[in-house]
Amino acid sequence: MYLARVIGRVVASERYPGLEGVALQLVQPLAEDGTDQGDAHVAAVATSEISVGPGDFVNCEGGREAALVLPETYVPVDAAIIGFVEAVERHGELLRPAAEGARS
Amino acid sequence: MLIAKVVGSVVASQKDDKLENLKLLVLQIHNHENAPKDQYVVAVDSVQAGVGDTVLYAAGSSARQTTLTDGKPCDAVVMAIVDSWDVNGTNVYEKWNEG
Repeated sequence: MYLARVIGRVVASERYPGLEGVALQLVQPLAEDGTDQGDAHVAAVATSEISVGPGDFVNCEGGREAALVLPETYVPVDAAIIGFVEAVERHGELLRPAAEGARS
Repeated sequence: MLIAKVVGSVVASQKDDKLENLKLLVLQIHNHENAPKDQYVVAVDSVQAGVGDTVLYAAGSSARQTTLTDGKPCDAVVMAIVDSWDVNGTNVYEKWNEG
């Protein structure tokens, strides 16, 4: 699992069967200090209960396990947003990454 | 999943039997600003994608989680054709505006 920031959203109407209705978001993975780390990629949103937009911090699952959080679990998905992150504490210091977010 | 553009297909007559009847596409990876990277991948198609399409592909063992690739030696599968995406509210790619 890793921390990431949502930077955008992807629209794709033609999908592998079983992925209908699954939201796709662009996420930028983050290092433990809240700075960008690695390349942005697309992640499926686990449930419609997780409502996220650009600037929000999220908890992601990578690899084969990512599909396990989706409504249909046998689908070709290698990254999923599994939670909305309100705050992150590191060494007793509170990271407030969402404050720098681009959400208007 | 990563964003990539289909730039070609692969024909291979001598291959593992498990790869029979799979359509193999050559993808060039693009970044989130839609700039092509000097990075290519061969992926199995599961959504009838063709050359010129911008697609999403799943990599690693997730790529085997389709009825086409189940139990096969495959580590990348095209699982969606992208219509559009935005970064921070600004559209970066729109399929209908592509030449």
